[in-house]
Amino acid sequence: MPAPGAGMSRLLEVEDLNVWFDLDGGRELHAVQGVSFELDPGERLGLVGESGCGKTTTVLGLLGLLPPSASVSGRVLLNGVDIVAGGEETIRPHRWIDIAIVFQGAMNALNPVKTVGSQIVEVLELHGLAEGRQARKRTGELLESVGIPRDRAERFPHEFSGGMRQRAAIAMALACNPGILVADEPTTALDVMVQAQILELLDALCRDFGLALLLVTHDLPVVAELCDRAAVMYAGEIVEHGPVDALYHDPRHPYTRLLFAATPDLYGEGVPASIPGAPPRLDVPLTGCPFHSRCDRVFARCLDERPLLRGLEGARSAACHLNDVGAEVR
Amino acid sequence: MSTNGSKPLLSVDELVVRYPLNRGLVGSLARRPQRFVHAVEGISFSVARGELLALVGESGCGKTTTAQAVLRLVEPVSGRIEFDGREITGLQARALRPLRRRMQLIYQDPYESLDPRLAVRAAVEEPLVIHGLGDSKADRRERVRDALGRVELNPPELFLDRYPHELSGGQRQRVAIAASIVLGPELLVADEPVSMLDVSVRAGVLNLLDRLRKDGLGILMITHDLSTAARFADRIAVMYLGRIVEEGPARSVVNDPQHPYTKALLSVVPRRDPRERSRRQILSGEAPDAVRIPSGCRFNPRCPIAVPECREIDPALEPAGAGAGHRAACIRV
Repeated sequence: MPAPGAGMSRLLEVEDLNVWFDLDGGRELHAVQGVSFELDPGERLGLVGESGCGKTTTVLGLLGLLPPSASVSGRVLLNGVDIVAGGEETIRPHRWIDIAIVFQGAMNALNPVKTVGSQIVEVLELHGLAEGRQARKRTGELLESVGIPRDRAERFPHEFSGGMRQRAAIAMALACNPGILVADEPTTALDVMVQAQILELLDALCRDFGLALLLVTHDLPVVAELCDRAAVMYAGEIVEHGPVDALYHDPRHPYTRLLFAATPDLYGEGVPASIPGAPPRLDVPLTGCPFHSRCDRVFARCLDERPLLRGLEGARSAACHLNDVGAEVR
Repeated sequence: MSTNGSKPLLSVDELVVRYPLNRGLVGSLARRPQRFVHAVEGISFSVARGELLALVGESGCGKTTTAQAVLRLVEPVSGRIEFDGREITGLQARALRPLRRRMQLIYQDPYESLDPRLAVRAAVEEPLVIHGLGDSKADRRERVRDALGRVELNPPELFLDRYPHELSGGQRQRVAIAASIVLGPELLVADEPVSMLDVSVRAGVLNLLDRLRKDGLGILMITHDLSTAARFADRIAVMYLGRIVEEGPARSVVNDPQHPYTKALLSVVPRRDPRERSRRQILSGEAPDAVRIPSGCRFNPRCPIAVPECREIDPALEPAGAGAGHRAACIRV
């Protein structure tokens, strides 16, 4: 994908996204803290982190799917136009049509009392894309594009295996021909062979149809397998962002390095080590680096000055003071 | 497989477990033949003291049923299970009770296995009370503190009065493990012990199991995660549709797989290093359900190297590969 020239807008630009949740007693939880990233057609970006890091809240925020207790700030530019500025009114014309989402546990996305085919027909008719026979024909094509024989359209979700249901959910997400697919832990509940089938499908959709993929997951190896770039989130913010190869071979934030070191690898050397401690609470103001209490390279400055996500060489960025003092992060 | 020529701690021989399928009223009245889910179809393995055996496979392969049968939580149709040289398959509940203390289960989900109303102290003490262990309250308290120390919740005083909701996922799983090892078991059966935990704390719990193993416990770990099995198990047994299709030293199974199913499974495990993007050998479809087991080799309908004989011959585990104690059930090996 050629880099867009100056003045050209990207397919998707998320700028300084913040999400706060109202808690009891007037307190607020700052779940997403100034997250920014871009996505181009055909590109595969991983948004990776552990539970509570804000990755799912980020994508729900940019799709306008957060509950009323959440307040959102920042800009989400689709082809240069801000779609969250006007709330539901400006997002609705784009949700499912330009940006679609599939969740973990596809059973939740499918209605158990309707056939899989009729649910996709319904989506097509609702968005005025096709009617009647035309819609049924398109449904068959969609199912085939995700590897489900079209005669299965008459089946109910419970007659599908977990892998087939996830494929059906992907087919439904693709119904309006969106340019962007957000996949939130799409393979987490699946067995490794079925996971491989779904990853292969997502890979083919990006390669063959130029679909842009935002893959949200806790699973680093899945990101390494499928994505071009990844953003590592910790305590509500992106702490490192760059090509997946660089993240593994030359991490510029200790959390990235330690997260890889905690992940067992089939042929890896050494014993995986856990990261001591726990992430900070996000309902109280943070001082210093949010990772400092767990970091093995912490120094005085980390305790009172919060590092900003700063651009580094090689189209990457990291939020760690070590990069300023020219120290090795490894 | 046993150490020093002594008997293995756990020895399972030709275990078979079936669940009857509900025929429904119409089926019963029509006297349709009873059908079964063939969950486990004649498997044999052993676990020595100080050894961690990983039972790996996809959902529905029978690995959890095997674990439950070992603990006598489900009744096998046939086969022998010996614990410390004694057959336990036919034991009545009363005779089984003293053995229960010696074989303990660690569940997948520490959010569900711990009672939210019990503080850590009470949760870890409860098994002692149930089994009538500990001479006095003071003695039991000492054992509780000792167990918390062994699972590295240090200092124990910091955790004794906390409730599950005040603990992180990793701490919760450690409390659950403490409640198991407080009884001084010799065998731990761990069913997906880290799959609900965050990546950054998984390794800590696995390293803890590894230390317990080095202290002499035998561990049977059920997992779908081959990378975890590769890093932490002494031996790996790969299950497919109720059978062990390959078994051997972990290193040998991972580095030199013999069975086409194991080869395919290993080829699709995502790697940490993007440069190692696997040359995936993706099997189409999913394992058939365990009601209609294919004839001959049960893997033959999905096997990339099947020949006509594979539809006839049901292969047994035979020595395979270069590693000692490495076996596979495939006529093409």
